[in-house]
Amino acid sequence: MKNDQYSGLEFLEQPPGNEISRRDFFKSAGSGIFLLFTIGDSLFSGQDRQGRPQRGVPTDYNAFLKIGEDGRVSCYVGKIEMGQGVVTSLGQMLADELDVLLESVDMVMGDTDLCPWDMGTFGSLSTRSFGPSLRMAGAEARQVLLELGSEHLKMPADRLTTENGFVLDSTNKQHKVAYATLAKGKKIERRPTGKVSVKKPGEFKIMNKSLIRRDAQEKVTGKAKYAGDIQLPGMLHARILRPPAHDSKLISADISEAKQVDGVQIVKEGDFVAVLHKYPDVADTALSKIKAKFETPKSDLNDKNIFDHLLKVAPAGKLVAMDGNLQAGESGAKSLVEATYFNDYVAHSPMEPHTAVANVEGGKATVWASTQNPFTAKEEIAKALGFPSENVRVITPFVGGGFGGKTRNLQAVEAARLSKMTGKPVQVAYNRKEEFFFDAFRPAAVVKIKSGVTDKGKTSLWDYHVYFAGERGTQMFYDIPNYSTIAYNASWVGAQGSHPFLTGPWRAPGNNTNSYAREMQIDMMAEKAGMDPVEFRLQNIVNKKMLGVLKAAAQKCGWKPAKSPSGRGFGVACGVDAGTFVASIAEVEVNKSTGGVRVKRVVCAQDMGLVINPEGATIQMEGCIMMGLGYALTERVMFKGGEVLNRNFDSYEIPRFSWLPKIETVILDDKEADPQGGGEPAIVVMGGLIANAIYDAIGVRLYQLPMTPERIKEGLKKG
Amino acid sequence: MTEKIQFKLNGESVQLTVDTDRMLLWVLRTDLGLTGTKFGCGESFCGTCTVLVNNLAVRSCSTPIKYVHDKEIVTIEGLAKNGKLHPLQKAFMDHDALQCGYCTPGMIMNAYSLLKKHPHPSDAEIVEGMDDNLCRCGAHTHIVQAIHVAAKEMGGGL
Repeated sequence: MKNDQYSGLEFLEQPPGNEISRRDFFKSAGSGIFLLFTIGDSLFSGQDRQGRPQRGVPTDYNAFLKIGEDGRVSCYVGKIEMGQGVVTSLGQMLADELDVLLESVDMVMGDTDLCPWDMGTFGSLSTRSFGPSLRMAGAEARQVLLELGSEHLKMPADRLTTENGFVLDSTNKQHKVAYATLAKGKKIERRPTGKVSVKKPGEFKIMNKSLIRRDAQEKVTGKAKYAGDIQLPGMLHARILRPPAHDSKLISADISEAKQVDGVQIVKEGDFVAVLHKYPDVADTALSKIKAKFETPKSDLNDKNIFDHLLKVAPAGKLVAMDGNLQAGESGAKSLVEATYFNDYVAHSPMEPHTAVANVEGGKATVWASTQNPFTAKEEIAKALGFPSENVRVITPFVGGGFGGKTRNLQAVEAARLSKMTGKPVQVAYNRKEEFFFDAFRPAAVVKIKSGVTDKGKTSLWDYHVYFAGERGTQMFYDIPNYSTIAYNASWVGAQGSHPFLTGPWRAPGNNTNSYAREMQIDMMAEKAGMDPVEFRLQNIVNKKMLGVLKAAAQKCGWKPAKSPSGRGFGVACGVDAGTFVASIAEVEVNKSTGGVRVKRVVCAQDMGLVINPEGATIQMEGCIMMGLGYALTERVMFKGGEVLNRNFDSYEIPRFSWLPKIETVILDDKEADPQGGGEPAIVVMGGLIANAIYDAIGVRLYQLPMTPERIKEGLKKG
Repeated sequence: MTEKIQFKLNGESVQLTVDTDRMLLWVLRTDLGLTGTKFGCGESFCGTCTVLVNNLAVRSCSTPIKYVHDKEIVTIEGLAKNGKLHPLQKAFMDHDALQCGYCTPGMIMNAYSLLKKHPHPSDAEIVEGMDDNLCRCGAHTHIVQAIHVAAKEMGGGL
């Protein structure tokens, strides 16, 4: 398979879906004009990569919009808002296509009773996959309104236009009728005809304009509700007895002392022991009085020897991409570069820990959960309770950060079980120690590369092996005639017996690891060729979009060519993720005696096709840069067997204000192209970027992320 | 120990009979129903639970309620006056100084305390004053910007 034949996208395996019947949906939907549509582009066609229909993917529609009797436009979709700003960007698309004010658009999201089935919010898919379908639906709905307006105004539709929620005579704008009037008392259900076109860039009024977040006011006043802010009458807060390490078994739990705490209720079902109280802190106090004994299986694995273990247990490789002939590539090379790269486990650590409130009564469960995939949570809860899934409703309030980590819903299942057991509403809110313990970490991974460069400074060979990171981000944009990419354990979930705890997707899964290895390798090839790292890249890239962002970044930063290590502390790295092209340049300062790195400046250029909300996109880029500094410099999970050793922010260090570099962003706005992903791309280059800048500063290559002061000092010692 | 305590909360007098060793965060969120103040780490490392006690930022997750007896507490819910947002709230909003919004109440309350100390802060003073408030989404650039704008707007007064 060649590079351009695979998508590089990975989706979670989906459980069987449960389609709520259309009748149920519309029973309570009131009057109005409805447009039913499917998120149905090539990225997500309801088929897996082998072309088989995916179980659970609706075959008729999975989103709809409504123009109500009050003139408001509502879009019902199972996606969720976790800070990435889709309540704004999706609203912009819809408002523009329908010619209504953004203020009159409501996004109804992540409620499994109100919204049609959705896979989940990840993969930077909301805008690039859902967006085009949403725009099309908006345009189709506008056409329906024009037809209704034509009847109402007794004029042919081709003489009518639309503006701010009205259909009007294009020659006499006083002759008009409101959408609200047209929707009154009607129940019109339409599907896209495929005959209507969306607006052209020159016609945009709301799209492609910078807008601030629509949810900002709720968030700055404390009114925004997250799962933990849901308070139900009689609700109990649960604290659950946790094992000291993964795979530990509960031997005994003496609850006699805990029981004495006033107002406490203790439930036990097998090794599931929970303390409930109307105050969470009192439940905590009671939990600390339980004397529990656990048996923990012996394991010699730790954060140092894990890489040997992973290489030993790695399954057979899967060929991801190849072309040309590796032997020819090797013999055509003047210099060869061979290196092995490592990265440690990394935690998601959103500021909001996993939280859920469940109310189980009368054979039905309603669960408010911080989740990226409410429809998956619904199935998991139904299974745990033994309920038919139509009796479970999951509501997603604001989510306080996800980054791929809120796709397992253990806390929601626990809250539902406890509510069923106690007959009362129950809140389960993880504390920070639980959050670090139950996180499905970004997997530790190894990459081995052998590459070659000709006497003319052209890449000739790329022999690439990735273990445990996954294949996302291995797609090559460098022009290399002879290449092969092999993935060993091609998923972020490790085969049985590989990782000592859960691993999962972490913001741009796989791509951070693959881009780090690739961009460091390319830097070493540039050095072998005796070339400046930017010039070497420009010479070996043919993709126009990649050339565009690299030139834009170099120009913005005022790049002056020099061979690395120049002592200046400048690094460059490129990457592609979610259809978006990124090039970044960084300037760092390294303190040789402490090993500390200060990132002074990051310039990032990005081509993401049509930009719906440039301000929102810029903020995502800045967020990626800040978050990416963490996995580049400090973030790593330390462990001994199944015991996670760093479980709060004192020992697991995430980026903070004092790290803030001067960040400059450039967006190459390609208005004619489809919008691409924005929440993940700019983070993928951060490891390689900082590694290359450190090398340029001190002449030390760091083959393992994160590049902690200890590792830098060790590198300096080795020379 | 269960005792009667009293304090001012967002300008209103509050009297409670509580175990005074309990942490302010949980009393605010559960007993008093003010959920704008968030739990983040429980050990004073992240600043998500920051509120004002006598105009100074404190970590409510680690402040036993007995310490606020006869004091004045302001939470994010009490910052807007007469339906008008506080300049810090307005600046955070206008300058997109947030993403998921979970750290935002703590950020704003901490910034309030910072501006009390440095009414016209430099970049370095903002960074130093905000350094123990964590944001995972990476809104830092815009938060610094919003604090500058709010400081200017307030002209030295809170």
